[in-house]
Amino acid sequence: MTELERYTYDVLVIGAGGAGLRAAVEAREAGLRVAIICKSLFGKAHTVMAEGGAAASMGNVNGGDNWQVHFRDTMRGGKFLNHYRMAELHAKESPDRIYELEMWGALFDRTKEGKISQRNFGGHEYPRLAHVGDRTGLELIRTMQQKIVQLQQKDAREYGDAQANIRVFAELTITEIIKESGKIAGAYGYWREGGNEVLFEAPAVIIATGGVGKTFKITSNSWEGTGDGHALALKAGANLVDMEFLQFHPTGMVWPPSVRGILVTESVRGEGGVLTNTAGERFMFKYIPEVFKDKYADNEEEADRWYLDQDNNRRPPELLPRDEVARAINTEVKAGRGTEHGGVFLDVSQRIPAEIIKKRLPSMWHQFYELAGVDITKEAMEVGPTCHYVMGGVEVEPDTAAAVGVPGLYAAGEVAGGMHGSNRLGGNSLSDLLVFGRRAGMGAAAYVKSVTAVAVSDASVKAAAERIQTPFTNSGGENAYSLHQELQEITHNLVGIIRTGPELKDAIAKIVDIRARSKNVSVAGDRKFNPGFHLAFDLDNMLLVAESTAKSAIAREESRGGHTRDDFPGMNDKWRQVNHISSYNGSEVVVRQQALPAIPKELFDLFDIHELEKYMTPEEITKGGSN
Amino acid sequence: MARKVNLRIWRGDSTSGSLQNVEVDANEGEVVLDVIHRVQATQMGDLAVRWNCKAGKCGSCSMEINGKPRLACMTRMSSFEEGEEITVTPLRAFPVIKDLVADVSFNYKKALEIPAYEHPPELGPGEARMEQIDVERSQEFRKCIECFLCQDACHVIRDHEENKKSFAGPRFFIRIAELDMHPLDMLKNRQRTAQEEHGLGMCNITKCCTEVCPEHIRITDNAIIPMKERVVDVKYDPARWLGSKIRRREGS
Repeated sequence: MTELERYTYDVLVIGAGGAGLRAAVEAREAGLRVAIICKSLFGKAHTVMAEGGAAASMGNVNGGDNWQVHFRDTMRGGKFLNHYRMAELHAKESPDRIYELEMWGALFDRTKEGKISQRNFGGHEYPRLAHVGDRTGLELIRTMQQKIVQLQQKDAREYGDAQANIRVFAELTITEIIKESGKIAGAYGYWREGGNEVLFEAPAVIIATGGVGKTFKITSNSWEGTGDGHALALKAGANLVDMEFLQFHPTGMVWPPSVRGILVTESVRGEGGVLTNTAGERFMFKYIPEVFKDKYADNEEEADRWYLDQDNNRRPPELLPRDEVARAINTEVKAGRGTEHGGVFLDVSQRIPAEIIKKRLPSMWHQFYELAGVDITKEAMEVGPTCHYVMGGVEVEPDTAAAVGVPGLYAAGEVAGGMHGSNRLGGNSLSDLLVFGRRAGMGAAAYVKSVTAVAVSDASVKAAAERIQTPFTNSGGENAYSLHQELQEITHNLVGIIRTGPELKDAIAKIVDIRARSKNVSVAGDRKFNPGFHLAFDLDNMLLVAESTAKSAIAREESRGGHTRDDFPGMNDKWRQVNHISSYNGSEVVVRQQALPAIPKELFDLFDIHELEKYMTPEEITKGGSN
Repeated sequence: MARKVNLRIWRGDSTSGSLQNVEVDANEGEVVLDVIHRVQATQMGDLAVRWNCKAGKCGSCSMEINGKPRLACMTRMSSFEEGEEITVTPLRAFPVIKDLVADVSFNYKKALEIPAYEHPPELGPGEARMEQIDVERSQEFRKCIECFLCQDACHVIRDHEENKKSFAGPRFFIRIAELDMHPLDMLKNRQRTAQEEHGLGMCNITKCCTEVCPEHIRITDNAIIPMKERVVDVKYDPARWLGSKIRRREGS
């Protein structure tokens, strides 16, 4: 075996998507030496798939917008299960984060006055999403990637070495976060290219690994969304909060089979696209829940007028929060009003001129034309729900993004929990990763400056190295690809968009069984760029995440946001006060209840009391906030 | 619905390698990457291939399919004739790591050589005003997904390893053009450094880069040719260059 590569940094950022890059920039600008780890090549992270935009209440299109309105929309979208402080910081700081990107060279679409344009999206009261056509995520990644290059160019001039203070380790997988004496000491992993092992010693680790979509069969996520950070954090002693909440994006492609799950941006509906079933009925009017009746139009005429006059009309129900639309589509298909491929129709061709469609939704046009042979300027798209985003994640301190219970560990972006409650609004993830990516960078920097680093012990290195070798020493064992497929079938059938107690119980038993068998995964070939070897570690992470999700889901006996229980329909005020905390005891995931932090009075008072009555218990209403 | 297809996959590493024949199922609507994944899951567990989004948005699964630089996720199986043999090989312009994975680090080194965006110091957060029509010119180039197919197709480096040192390649010409056309960027003479430091002059406008671009960026027409023209202007008429620069800054 080759000699172990060793590096020492102040801050180690795991993940090179939006949150990771934003965190790295912040830590570097605070004067620290930073390493960024990515599983793929630099600039390929899943953030590039984000299409619609980044929500920030700049008020460029409608001056009525401000952080308070954004905060309200976010809490409402999350059905009041959000950590209020995260939603508050997010709403207050996202405009600054967008302007900052512009000062780093980003080129957003403009209004007539030359300001950053903003578009409508589900659950947002005003046009709020800063965007670049339908490739906003790519713009964010590229801007931050180029910002990091700029920092490296500066170091090259000053120190003669571009990588002196910030280095990107591309195509490297972290298999272990290492603690010594209860504090973060570093991380261990291997180069995907050659399989040789690497030790990073660092007093602070920021996890920014994104989501868990690959635990599901139909997903918009790329292969990277295997819940690595969720699992690494659990194993390092951190908690996951509310892992039962998964967002099934209402509109994924359904045909042909090879593209099933690929995202169809919500902008299609924001720009005027309507959903119909095979009977030609615009069905969303039937699915407006009680809590949203005053905000959404109940007839086509008003819904259509809204696109022209938003002050005097209610919004079309196609723009309800994602959980509502996904459930509605699911119901239509189950009732036999779906297409032969199990979807419904989403149409812009009847409503928007072809040249406008191509200009505003260029990559959608491209995607359907090239992958499905469908010209969306002439025909309807076929769409259905796809696993898109996990609201649950690492339990953090909102202001610093510090993982609760593990000194030196931080988490930001999709891997962190709390911000979105039970359902995330579209556009809030790009702004989330900017706001909390920066806060994680700041938090980690302050921590590093206040502590002395601890060295990683030989024993920890030995244990981590042994684990990496295991799939090669197992012989004739299980195939990682087959186990992954089995897991995806289970989550899809038993832990999917609609859940029941008995099915979840069945799922938990099956997941535990696969996890036992996965200990015996063996891999063909050698360590050199070997996908089978890589999947063995991804699989381990996905299994832990799936267990956490299934166990949290069986405990929550209500339906809220991205968690629907057929046996417990409807929201329950009592459950709104409960977070589910997952931890790992070395052999299994354990889920316990914890009280949701109560909203302080000044934020409580931002809401109409009658709205809060729909979500809160009479005692909470009487109390009127926590202070 | 499934049909059998014959795939010839290049397998090997930097020391040696060869094309290997496999027969594999292909279902309706599938792309080359689906079929490669099926080979991986059922016949060659350690077959190396890069991919991420599978929707033509990340530019990871670049390879050569029947000799042409393509994204495997955007090449539909239905584009091949019944019984046609499909050959997949790694990008030729870069060193191979293993199987279909090439070492594209050349591109990340070149990225470091392009001077970064410089924001006008007087413009604070939210103060920038730009016309949509002005940002659109640079936005075309910012659509780039860094698949590096243009780099792979470009004859200047594809057939001449020795040129790599002094030639940044089409991907970075559009990066320079993007900054050059950026309504706010402060750094001057970008097109001249493109010529003098990044090898713009070596490009002989065969448009191979434009042909392979999966984002349909008009690399040659909208980035390379305008920069070449302006370099010529500058070279022969400094007063005209100065005038155009001053007018442009006042207008922005």
